[in-house]
Amino acid sequence: MKIINKKILAKNQTTKIVQFKVGSEAIAKKAKAGQFVVVMATEKSERIPLTLVDNNPQEGTITLIVQEAGFSTKQLATLKEGDSLYSVTGPLGHPTEIKNYGKIILVGGGVGIAEIYPVAKTLKKVGNDITTIIGAKTKDLLILEPELKQISNLFYISTDDGTAGKKGFVTDLLEEVISENSYDLVYTVGPLLMMREVAKKTKEKKVKTLVSLAVLMVDATGMCGCCRVSVGSETKFACVDGPEFDAHSIDWKEVLRRNSMYTKKEKHICRLSNHEK
Amino acid sequence: MKNKISPHELSADERINNFKEVVSGYSRQEAIEEARRCLQCNDPKCIGGCPVGIDIKKFISQVVKGDFKGAFYTIKEKNNFPSICGRVCPAEYQCRKACLFTKKGSGCAAENSINIHFLERFVADYGIKHNLQLPLKANPKLTNYRVAVVGSGPAGLCIAGELARVGMKVTIFEGLHQSGGVLRYGIPSFRLPRNILNYEIDYLKNIGVEIVNNIVIGRTKTLDELKKEFSAIFLGLGAGIPSFLGIKGENLANVYSANEFLTRVNLMEADKFPDYQTPVNIGKNIIVVGGGNTAIDSARVALRMQAINGIEPDVSILYRRTEQEMPARRLEVIHAKEEGVNFRFLTQPVEFISDNKGFTKEVESVKCELGKPDLSGRKRPIAKKGTNFRIKADLAIIAVGLRANKLLTSLTPSLKVDKWGDIIVDKSMQASLPGVYAGGDIVGGEGTIIEAMGMAKKAAASIIINISNN
Repeated sequence: MKIINKKILAKNQTTKIVQFKVGSEAIAKKAKAGQFVVVMATEKSERIPLTLVDNNPQEGTITLIVQEAGFSTKQLATLKEGDSLYSVTGPLGHPTEIKNYGKIILVGGGVGIAEIYPVAKTLKKVGNDITTIIGAKTKDLLILEPELKQISNLFYISTDDGTAGKKGFVTDLLEEVISENSYDLVYTVGPLLMMREVAKKTKEKKVKTLVSLAVLMVDATGMCGCCRVSVGSETKFACVDGPEFDAHSIDWKEVLRRNSMYTKKEKHICRLSNHEK
Repeated sequence: MKNKISPHELSADERINNFKEVVSGYSRQEAIEEARRCLQCNDPKCIGGCPVGIDIKKFISQVVKGDFKGAFYTIKEKNNFPSICGRVCPAEYQCRKACLFTKKGSGCAAENSINIHFLERFVADYGIKHNLQLPLKANPKLTNYRVAVVGSGPAGLCIAGELARVGMKVTIFEGLHQSGGVLRYGIPSFRLPRNILNYEIDYLKNIGVEIVNNIVIGRTKTLDELKKEFSAIFLGLGAGIPSFLGIKGENLANVYSANEFLTRVNLMEADKFPDYQTPVNIGKNIIVVGGGNTAIDSARVALRMQAINGIEPDVSILYRRTEQEMPARRLEVIHAKEEGVNFRFLTQPVEFISDNKGFTKEVESVKCELGKPDLSGRKRPIAKKGTNFRIKADLAIIAVGLRANKLLTSLTPSLKVDKWGDIIVDKSMQASLPGVYAGGDIVGGEGTIIEAMGMAKKAAASIIINISNN
């Protein structure tokens, strides 16, 4: 799968957010908002899930956005235009249920901003009233601001350091927004800790909340059970039962623990790769 | 009576820190000697014990004469992948159990029953060495037809070979980035070396089978789309979804399904981390829950991973029945014991206990006793009250079976499934949609590799008949 176009959307001293347009007619034809693909950069790479940010069936392309975090995302970010990804599989997972919910808040944090974009766009088309809250550590890492602003009835920004929008976290803004008005749905994607905090705030206000969980996966077709999460009293597989779940029913402690299972290995491989450079 | 000939094996010390094949095959002389033990019964029951009906009597007589080429063709007529089956078939419950040397009514083959599987393997390896293949018999009536095969596991590979041989154009769609299904992600290379599997897959490609990886039928392409492009479709989806115990603490960190643990090592090559970048954790005290081949494979892979990483091997299999009821191949159980895997029978986990970071540290278990046989015919384990005890377990692998993967069937409501989610087929292996066939574990639940191949052959025959008659 060839990388047709690469764009650096944002960067600072510690990280980059990179957008790839990848050629895949079959996936481009089928992709729907809320779905993901599993990507291997090379034949030795991990299989990692990435949200489908956009698709162009005419052109036969899909758009993926990656933020450098661990080894695999850094490896992906080094790929250039014209390079090929070893494998891209999808679209996987259930698409977002698109209907007129009424008033919706979309909350995106970090690279999660990229992931709320296709959902926001599609929900807007069917007549929902869209409020968008996006947040990042700092101004330089904010992405898709104009695109999201354009489709939002109300639009808010927060940065941890106050370099853009309101200083603080998206959850602070969310608290203000849901106190002022009543809403029918909150949809959020971002770091696990952020999503947990969003879930806490909206639970207090009793607003139905959906999260999209891009947790650790291997095959991502239901075969391995790596991505299992406790939702209510049931164990679900994020890959085939999700990726979206009711944020208020998720056992967040368990999700956080299971997704930090390889922290030691991750440090090891990152240290080794830094030595090589 | 002559003594049975056992093939050479790597000693436990030679094998626990690598993934080299444990059992070496027979030499020519050993094969002939073992074949000579066969009594060439007038009414050979062994053939009936083989799920694909290999003419065992005939191929053994050919081995006796040193006609290995002839033996190869005899086997190949019925079994597409003897190199694989000769290594992984539970022969002690199939052909060898039906051998005259096994007493009638025994649950398992006698020690001295003919080593049919080792002979099959010898002949198959001879075939690979001399690049023997059955001649193609392209049927001009069939060459314009295209068949789609979904899944590249044992059933999918088998039917692809059957149909390609008669000249049909076969395309296999595989969801993963590599082909072979459970033969690759499930069965470790010390039981089925990758060069053997690759040889068989390459042969299929050579005779015109196209394999397209990274395509998830149902998602990347729908069954309806396939039906427009292909004259027939075979669904060899496999069993898929791992079952869990449903006990407290089962989602703690370091509790793996066997599928996940094995896939990380066998398919993603986590044993070569960090060169290969998929990690797998390895504990100091590993427990595996289950009594089938997957449990044994998991335990032996885990033990090797400990040895490779300089950890003193400590792997225990917890099984709620006794050794006698274990469905695993006998030879694997023996090998596991030799390698130092502990077996704790009549032991049933009831809860995983967490450390302060959310990782499993212990498994609380109860002792069981055996009651009356259940539906499976095996004695039912009954937990004994007040026998709770704890076993150290900083990593656990759950190998208690698989259920149907509903990814495709739930997206294709017109495809009829039974209450377990398995695809319903008629005698010709045709599903509820015309032109759609199914076989392997997605039909009738978990079975063996050879049973999957048997169903695939049946489906292939039906496809050929149905297309010829059209």
